[in-house]
Amino acid sequence: MSGNVRRVVSVIVYNESSTLSRITDLFSARGYNIVSLTVAPIPESKYSRLTIVTSGSSRVIEQIIKQLHKLIPVLKVYEHEDLVEKEMTLIKFPITENISDIDTLCQAYNGKIVNAGPDMVIAMVADEPKRIDHFLEAIKRFHPKEIVRSGAVALER
Amino acid sequence: MQISGAQMVIEAMIAEEVTVVFGYPGGAIMNVYDEIYKQDSFKHILTRHEQAAVHAAEGYAQRTGKVGVAMITSGPGFTNGVTGLADAYMDSIPIIVISGQVPMSLIGTDAFQEIDAVGISRSCTKHNYLVTDAADLPRVLKEAFHIARTGRPGPVHIDIPKDVTAQLAEFDYSAPVVLETYKPTTKGNTRQIKKAVEAIAAAKRPLFYLGGGIISAEAAYDVREFAKSCGIPAVETFRARGTMGADNPLLISMLGMHGSYAANMAMSETDLVIALGARFDDRVTGKLSEFAKGADIIHVDIDPASISKLVNADYPIVGDIKKVLEVMMPLAKEKVDPEKYTPWLETIENFEKLHPLSYREDTDNIKPQWVIERVGELLGDDANITTDVGQHQMWTAQFYPFSRPRQWNSSGGLGTMGYGFPAALGVKAADPERVSINITGDGSILMNIQELMTAVEQKLPVINIILNNNYLGMVRQWQTLFYDKRHSETDLSVQPDFVMLSQSFGGAGYRVKTKEEFDAALKDAIEKNVVTIIDVAVERMENVMPMVPSGGSLFNMMLEYKEK
Ligand SMILES: Cc1ncc(C[n+]2csc(CCOP(=O)(O)OP(=O)(O)O)c2C)c(N)n1
Ligand SMILES: [Mg+2]
Repeated sequence: MSGNVRRVVSVIVYNESSTLSRITDLFSARGYNIVSLTVAPIPESKYSRLTIVTSGSSRVIEQIIKQLHKLIPVLKVYEHEDLVEKEMTLIKFPITENISDIDTLCQAYNGKIVNAGPDMVIAMVADEPKRIDHFLEAIKRFHPKEIVRSGAVALER
Repeated sequence: MQISGAQMVIEAMIAEEVTVVFGYPGGAIMNVYDEIYKQDSFKHILTRHEQAAVHAAEGYAQRTGKVGVAMITSGPGFTNGVTGLADAYMDSIPIIVISGQVPMSLIGTDAFQEIDAVGISRSCTKHNYLVTDAADLPRVLKEAFHIARTGRPGPVHIDIPKDVTAQLAEFDYSAPVVLETYKPTTKGNTRQIKKAVEAIAAAKRPLFYLGGGIISAEAAYDVREFAKSCGIPAVETFRARGTMGADNPLLISMLGMHGSYAANMAMSETDLVIALGARFDDRVTGKLSEFAKGADIIHVDIDPASISKLVNADYPIVGDIKKVLEVMMPLAKEKVDPEKYTPWLETIENFEKLHPLSYREDTDNIKPQWVIERVGELLGDDANITTDVGQHQMWTAQFYPFSRPRQWNSSGGLGTMGYGFPAALGVKAADPERVSINITGDGSILMNIQELMTAVEQKLPVINIILNNNYLGMVRQWQTLFYDKRHSETDLSVQPDFVMLSQSFGGAGYRVKTKEEFDAALKDAIEKNVVTIIDVAVERMENVMPMVPSGGSLFNMMLEYKEK
């Protein structure tokens, strides 16, 4: 049996208040792992799209997809092989840090400073989740006060 | 014309040709009960506990193949019913449970008898609904029946707030169900089917592994024909008993933890498993890595998630068994030469001769297995059989000569003690002509004993046969085998007088110590035609054998274990 792999699964679901809990309940009831989960309505439709980053053996991934399919309000499940994946993150820095260095770093990761206040600045970057990991490592020396990650969204190429 | 939500529930029952509903009223569902009072299209059977109402609906569904219906109130009414939902979920039984809920304005306020019912039922139903507008009810009710009975069947729960049952809206039940997101695959992939047939033709030792899905698909007689035309032997799971018929020469027996030696050995020796509507449950497979080792696997199932979940299928076929067999059978008849399997059938016959399913009458006490065989001899096809959970259940699955599908009805997946009696009521309501027997234990029967009252009131003369070993026998057996005989909290020496107990409700009761007494009691009970308890004193220390210890390999069976 193969080891754990990271997988991005997109789920198209009927828009209902209970749908999200059906999906998260499924993951917890069957002991599947959720690394991240994003959800938003698909414009001009009765459906929403969830992007779930999960991990498991290939058998577990196969089961996750089949079990998701079994849920009544689930229209489609895609397991992405060849995809464009992005994640956004917001970071708050004290104003006392070197702002221009921060800005340069952000630009290298598809981002910029998006807001400034009397004692802080907020930066935004959007990039592949792995690169976001690197970015967050790199900015440690600027003493970030708060970090929020959006979770991944993905589209098949 | 506008009608109330409660009236819609009644109208939907009529449209779905529901003839009997099991239930228990309470505050939140009173509007519906008021409409039940006013109608005479279906019968309502008042059980004496909500769990029993849901199990009775299961029994009804199991016997008929139709959707069983139960109605219960909010809060404790609903939570009492949850075991039934879970039971139906595990055994893929099509039922609908309608529960009352507090009015919409009170939802989320911790109101009296408020509980998040759909939150609780989500993980033990095929689907559920909280209906917030009566205008949605016709669609929801129709969808619920559709979802419960199609694909892999299962329970659907509908939670309706009290104000929604009072609310007026338009009722039109004629609109077809449109569920873009739910379209079960029923037709198997022809290419896969062809490949599977080639595998069957090439195999030397093929074996049918028949599961409960065959019963749900009403495909038992097709399977019999298929097996016969190809001359391929079969093992049945616990839930598939009755598929082949006990006197079918191709039926080996049940396989699994308490399967027969021959069935488990055949599964260990086969080179091609033809799994039909079976799900490779751990009680069947034992140690997975040793299960049917070396065999290829054809797996036909309506539920894609069951395929390659535990054991990789070499020939996965998603579809309705009946429809798949329609394509598969003619192809197989062409390609498969039944003569070819004669040596394989001889091997199996030798397994059967070596260790037949048997028991020894080596004490003065009645052996529990004898009782089951005896009921089989006396009633056979004329009885429908339910059981509770424990040793008596396994012995029934092993020793009763089931002759037809839907004759047998027992809690398999969840293993719910207390299932048997209410389920037998549902069976009797569905099939009044046949004797409805519940084979039960001295532990299990007390878990829904209040249903004696329902049986008396509704004239549902179920015969409960207690194989009384004064023990929670199955747990006692495990304690004997795996806990060095420390019989912790399983001794049931303190017991009610079951004869008087039954009589006090208006039923009949017999205490039986000899074979002659048993025959006389059963005969008398059938003649009296009232609900009955036959309390049979059986050998206390008998163990269910063969046994594959949990997690062991199927071919490593304990064949005998004599206690004391
Ligand atoms: C509701 C419930 N509680 C506990 C169990 C665990 N359990 C399985 S078999 C059994 C013993 C049943 O005793 P009895 O009904 O007397 O049957 P016997 O095994 O003696 O034939 C128990 C406690 C269960 N299956 N269901
Ligand atoms: Mg007992």
